[in-house]
Amino acid sequence: MPQTLIQPEFKVDIDYDKCHKCGRCVQQCGWGVYAFNERPLPDDAKCRACHRCVTYCPAHCITIKKNDLAMKTNDNWSDAARKSIWKQAETGGVLLTGMGNDKPYQSIFDHLVLDACQVTNPSIDPLREPMELRTYLGRKPDSVSVESDGDGGYRLAEGAGMTNNVELATPIIFSPMSYGSVSLNVHKSLAMAATRLGTLMNTGEGGLHADLYPYAGNVIVQVASGRFGVDPEYLNRGAAIEIKVGQGAKPGIGGHLPGEKIDRQVSSTRMIPQGTDAISPAPHHDIYSIEDLRQLIYSLKEASGYKPVGVKIAAVHNVAAIASGIVRAGADYVYLDGFRGGTGAAPQVIRDNIGIPVEIAVAVVDQRLRDEGIRNQASIIAAGSIRSSADVAKAIALGADVVAIGSATLMALGCHMCQGCHTGCCSWGLTTQKPELTRRVDPEWGAERLVNLVSAWSHEVQEILGALGVNAVESLRGSRERLRAIGLDEQTCRILGVKPAGM
Amino acid sequence: MKQVMDPTVPQVGYLKIEPPVAREGDTATIDAKNIYYRQLNEAVRRAYADGAKKVVLENVNGQRYIGNGITGKDLKIEVRGTAGNDMAMFMNGPTVEVFGNAQDGVSNTMNAGTVIVHGDAGDVLGYGMRGGRVFIKGDVGYRVGIHMKAYEGLVPAMVCGGKARDFFGEYMAGGMLVLLGMNSQFEGPLVGGYLGTGMHGGVIYVRGEVEPWQTGKEVGVFEASAEDMAELKPVLEEYCAAQGMDLAEVLSVPFTKLVPVSHRPYGKLYAYT
Repeated sequence: MPQTLIQPEFKVDIDYDKCHKCGRCVQQCGWGVYAFNERPLPDDAKCRACHRCVTYCPAHCITIKKNDLAMKTNDNWSDAARKSIWKQAETGGVLLTGMGNDKPYQSIFDHLVLDACQVTNPSIDPLREPMELRTYLGRKPDSVSVESDGDGGYRLAEGAGMTNNVELATPIIFSPMSYGSVSLNVHKSLAMAATRLGTLMNTGEGGLHADLYPYAGNVIVQVASGRFGVDPEYLNRGAAIEIKVGQGAKPGIGGHLPGEKIDRQVSSTRMIPQGTDAISPAPHHDIYSIEDLRQLIYSLKEASGYKPVGVKIAAVHNVAAIASGIVRAGADYVYLDGFRGGTGAAPQVIRDNIGIPVEIAVAVVDQRLRDEGIRNQASIIAAGSIRSSADVAKAIALGADVVAIGSATLMALGCHMCQGCHTGCCSWGLTTQKPELTRRVDPEWGAERLVNLVSAWSHEVQEILGALGVNAVESLRGSRERLRAIGLDEQTCRILGVKPAGM
Repeated sequence: MKQVMDPTVPQVGYLKIEPPVAREGDTATIDAKNIYYRQLNEAVRRAYADGAKKVVLENVNGQRYIGNGITGKDLKIEVRGTAGNDMAMFMNGPTVEVFGNAQDGVSNTMNAGTVIVHGDAGDVLGYGMRGGRVFIKGDVGYRVGIHMKAYEGLVPAMVCGGKARDFFGEYMAGGMLVLLGMNSQFEGPLVGGYLGTGMHGGVIYVRGEVEPWQTGKEVGVFEASAEDMAELKPVLEEYCAAQGMDLAEVLSVPFTKLVPVSHRPYGKLYAYT
């Protein structure tokens, strides 16, 4: 019997005439593709096309190609569907995968376009005029009172303004990725970059490593169902606290960080024994209702001297009503994670088939909170595949206060989207705890690249705002009149609150 | 029929005012009658900040979050009345003694300290608890000891003197959970179903026997050995001292021990793509 019916997805092609026989590819590959016998000998079956070897080959002699092995064309039984069946027939296992939903669902962002000023109202040049990106995360008062600043101007009256808000220099924050799912060097890169940018990183559910304490003022500390690393000190360190109820890549299910990823450092940060699985139950067992959620929100506030507490949920069918409940329960922000959000590991069937796009979720939640007159009570964070500054601007125009980026930050650090995060063998040293791999990310280098990325996107958002003729990101928030749809059906346009182009 | 609130009946609720505090030596006594939890807990924190070592709360009637997040080994809280939800949540060191019953969520995600309840307690006790002691005199509700853990020097122990409902010790990852079934006001089985479901660490001791329908498939059931009893006895001694019970009587019935079959219960569930 053959060991497997699944043929390699890629072919590793080495031009041996050019090859230096230096063995660097052998050393760089985290997947164990290469053996070496006078020259590198690849095992195609192990290759995930992460391009680590290609990037580091001094002779540029490696090419990764798609394995063109023809399968009988069948638009119903895709190659992927056939391979999945073979895999499960061989193993009997739940198919586990990493990163976000890669199925060809329609991208709504790609069918939305932004407005610009022409003739009748002036656009603004952000290079020469102030363009405000500063954003406040948290509950806004129902009304504000102002007082004279004694110099002909006004300022917010003391105690009547934006108490308990987190100030962000840009409406882009980093999304939660736990230490354990990603390496400590990734966490350090994110924390350093967040501090330099004046924005936030998020611990995810794996606790806060002591090396990150100096950056804690720019960290959201997360509390998930496993309660890993959660103690009074942890809650008091962060700028804000986040209750993780769900994740866009795996709504409704928990997480299992496999025992082999729980080394000494991860163990001490999560405060669990080394080598045992870190199991996050699917629900928080102290949250079975909105009332219970309110209880936990206020428990966290009590324990932390009333820091802002947000709630992260996966975008699901009834998201507007759920978000309304969350806001009424006292959350300072609602984090909506769309169905394209990434993950360190998730069952493929869940990742690819559960949840709704973040564009829809943001639009319906924003509208619902406005209709109920409670939009000021919480900020909305949009996440789940924000791929560019255009997505940032569109998400804000649909109603988000802030967007969170996760997959994009990993790409800034070298990720090539090979979707092997769950294997713990990431050749780029990102989603692994193997010391020989994690040291590939220098936090200083990583922080610089992240600062570059977010600065560039922020500049681009400023350009978009200038074209729209507004001078603050506040003016774009929920301004769906500045969006038009191309190629979206009438029903979707209505749900988004966006007119088709031409109207 | 739609219910309409009668405007002639005055609204009764908690008062959002500072409670009366009486200070004697290092003890502060706070009258919790009709005081909203937030002001009450602020008064507790203030008493400790002012140097009190012990806080006595009189007339407690369901106020939440008592002892929440309080850090300090030598601090004490005495609760007279019924403690509300999430008592001693995130607590790190103090001793809380309740003369009355406690509601849900006692010792939720607690790090260290001791909680003694001279009565019954509700659901979700010791959820994700990482260290310390919880000694309940009477019955407990559902989901007790879910996801209890242990970590290096921190090994939590919880002893419930009465009976427990379903999901006792579910997802348990560490520590010790003990059920005695002695001070119960209920007929029926000692413990409900799904005992230790998903358990992957720690140990559960039950005074008496459990039947197969009661246990989750991730646990192995054994008669407690002499070695096990040597491990259990010091905890029971502490419990009996705290609750005024007779250790010999507690030990007069053989204990059943439940431990996880695997530390990686879901390790073989997946096929990697």
